Amino acid sequence: MELKSNIPDGPIEKKWDKHKFDMRLVNPANKRKYKVIVVGTGLAGASASASLAELGYQVECFCYQDSPRRAHSIAAQGGVNAAKNYHNDGDSIFRLFYDTIKGGDFRAREANVYRLAQVSNDIIDQCVAQGVPFAREYGGLLDNRSFGGAQVSRTFYARGQTGQQLLLGAYQAMMRQVGLKAIKMYPRHEMQELIIIDGAARGVVVRDMVTGEISVRMADAILLATGGYGNVMYLATYAKGCNGTAIWRAYKKGAAFANPCFTQIHPTCIPVTGDHQSKLTLMSESLRNDGRIWVPLQGKDRAKPPGDIPEDARDYYLERKYPSFGNLAPRDISSRAAKQVCDEGRGVGSAGLGVYLDFADAVNRLGKDKVDEKYGNLFEMYERITGEDPYKTPMRIFPATHYTMGGIWVDYNLMSAIPGLFVLGEANFSDHGANRLGASALMQGLADGYFVAPCTVGNYLAGLKPNSTPPTDCPEAKDAIASTQNHIKALMSINGKETPTEFHRALGKIMWEYCGMARNEAMLKKALALIPELRERFWKNLRITGSGDEVNQTLEQAGRVADFLELGELMCLDALERRESCGGHFREEWQTGEGEAQRDDDNFCHVAAWEYKGLNNRPMRHAEPLNFEYAHLAARSYK
Amino acid sequence: MSEHTKNLTLKIWRQKSARDEGHFETYQANNISPEMSFLEMLDVINEELIHKGVEPITMDHDCREGICGACGLVINGRPHGPRERTTTCQLHMRSFRDGDTITIEPFRAKAFPVIKDLMIDRGSMERIIAAGGFITAPTGSPRDANALPVPKTCADLAMDAASCIGCGACVAACPNASAMLFLSAKVSQLGLLPQGQPERLTRVRDMIAQMDAEQFGACTNFAECEAVCPKGVKLEHIARMNRDFIKSAILYRPPQASAGGA
Repeated sequence: MELKSNIPDGPIEKKWDKHKFDMRLVNPANKRKYKVIVVGTGLAGASASASLAELGYQVECFCYQDSPRRAHSIAAQGGVNAAKNYHNDGDSIFRLFYDTIKGGDFRAREANVYRLAQVSNDIIDQCVAQGVPFAREYGGLLDNRSFGGAQVSRTFYARGQTGQQLLLGAYQAMMRQVGLKAIKMYPRHEMQELIIIDGAARGVVVRDMVTGEISVRMADAILLATGGYGNVMYLATYAKGCNGTAIWRAYKKGAAFANPCFTQIHPTCIPVTGDHQSKLTLMSESLRNDGRIWVPLQGKDRAKPPGDIPEDARDYYLERKYPSFGNLAPRDISSRAAKQVCDEGRGVGSAGLGVYLDFADAVNRLGKDKVDEKYGNLFEMYERITGEDPYKTPMRIFPATHYTMGGIWVDYNLMSAIPGLFVLGEANFSDHGANRLGASALMQGLADGYFVAPCTVGNYLAGLKPNSTPPTDCPEAKDAIASTQNHIKALMSINGKETPTEFHRALGKIMWEYCGMARNEAMLKKALALIPELRERFWKNLRITGSGDEVNQTLEQAGRVADFLELGELMCLDALERRESCGGHFREEWQTGEGEAQRDDDNFCHVAAWEYKGLNNRPMRHAEPLNFEYAHLAARSYK
Repeated sequence: MSEHTKNLTLKIWRQKSARDEGHFETYQANNISPEMSFLEMLDVINEELIHKGVEPITMDHDCREGICGACGLVINGRPHGPRERTTTCQLHMRSFRDGDTITIEPFRAKAFPVIKDLMIDRGSMERIIAAGGFITAPTGSPRDANALPVPKTCADLAMDAASCIGCGACVAACPNASAMLFLSAKVSQLGLLPQGQPERLTRVRDMIAQMDAEQFGACTNFAECEAVCPKGVKLEHIARMNRDFIKSAILYRPPQASAGGA
């Protein structure tokens, strides 16, 4: 496998413009002769579908939810970054680029990140034109707030519902094309398999989740925008249905999987309350603008009501350790710091796995009304879940799995190692390195969908003959249908005793314990022994009720867990082989005297891309070297 | 913890498929922790059912944080249950008492056919959006976002309307099964913003025509929708939409007219 990043020549600020000019175009009258499949309708998928249909391509779009508007981008709260410098605080495209590279601990491609920073401004313009109701100041201009890892205010937001508003903007643009019959939308359809013909991606197998029908859809290019795979941990801030099936099938068909161990553990989530817990809920990072994080100085105070702990007995540990960034230290660093104080026995809440996020100072300084205007819906959400009022008692928070920086390897054009297979948004690996900064996921999803893929997909299609979409009865399609049907039959016929949820929970426990916020060789080796055992048990003892020819949510879940049981193993293997600490990947063997991540740039300044070699064979690790010409490699400090 | 757990009786709607008649079945939910969400309580029931070899209860749910709009059950006769401004997934078992009997049904409306058990088809709402619930702004190079200031009050009001999650509780609560609150939230959001002006009158017309075609009822001001809306979307949006609708009846010109449409 050869991984060519295809980064254009020239100075970094000219690469994208030059590349846009160099790429081939499809004649407007020919565009309707090409068919594009988009899987997933979050920010990346919806914006790409709308933009490609506007250009004139025939688009077919699939999502597992009952409506494209429900994709989990909807749950993003805090905001979207852009280098507008509307507040004259020294922001620029270069600064956004630099912050993102540094925030990712120098494990992302410079050229991709620079392009992301460049198009960030277009995203805001596009969204405003669509009627996204961003927060505004009294003069009518757009408001901004600060987010972790940056010292400028560049985050645009719509209350605590930014993801919802951006997604609805993209969804509406997409539904307009559905109304114009330029997009055929298939909700409640789940991708099961990727079809490769002559080495190129040419179709997908989908299961109609209402009738159980398995069918193939053929196209000239396939776009996967299916999000991240963090639900491998079982408890995560993802929606229940988020899964890794589409990207895992692509991996098994020849797309490389890059940096699978780069997982983001978000510092501010509502702590677990018991075994019944089905998911974790994030409290937006924006809360750290005004909330102060602390634990008692002494472990003996940890069970006291927070109000009884005087100021001098509290440890505002982020402000103490990182005075210049304080409570806005990046996510990986804040999460690790929370774990550290809990490991020291100073964590709060019944299990000792929590820290306080306190708004008392903010309420005193700004007044309750102002705090309510900024964070009211988040406070309400917290109250619904915990039964506690954050105005009266500080929130309790704890880190939880939130995002995966790893994903399918793509080149500068967002094309995977399989020609014709493009991967967008969280599903690819490209822009966030080893740690994503807050408010950058929305930026990347929309950059990929609105501005990058519509150009690069066109360039790929221009090399294909018009009207050459393969028929649905070609042998490759028939084989793919048969193998999907066999897979479902195999799952349905095990007839064992344990439910998919039980297996998922068991896998999540292994992943969180041994491949979570801190990892070491012994832990990872243990996980690599436990996961295959669990997988074996799954295939012997799984129980699914009902049949495959109707709505069957147990079967849906079983299919996803079957893939997670393989994906989890690759994450651990990648974590084991990356013998350094960087960003969210913290190997206990590599840390500074102060407990910070210690990179090894001599040996690991590269992307690790894994090539599938069969289920019982070790996948092959390829390295794509990373060169830093503009953002110079430096120890990452937020002190 | 155990002294606080609750034992509940659940009467749950079971319906094998769209063609099946459907009926209530009774289940016992024992040792339910008050910390559990309503859906987590149903997860426990479903796990027990799978172990017994019985098909679990089918229902839509996804984000479980009150924003995606997928979940929606009629709990004791009220869409999304007893707590105001709370989706089904955000409802927690501390809202119920030990020994309670809880009935659980799907959202019911002619435009929301049942697919299975508690899962319904809300495609009718999608088609209303496709008919006009957007601003035409193809991806390209729009002008700078700050070139068009929007008064904060308009932006805030638009955001209030835009917070609709499209769950359909308003339809389920309405005696006429009207989708007016849902529809008006979108009409109002886009009509309040300067970007939404060019299509303002066609939008409201097209969306209402689609709503009628989908067999949603009309609004007769019961205001049940507002009472159950988990996001607190206000009835005033319906009033705003009605004004636009009346205006469009007078000012609307078909697109081929020399006036160039509305």
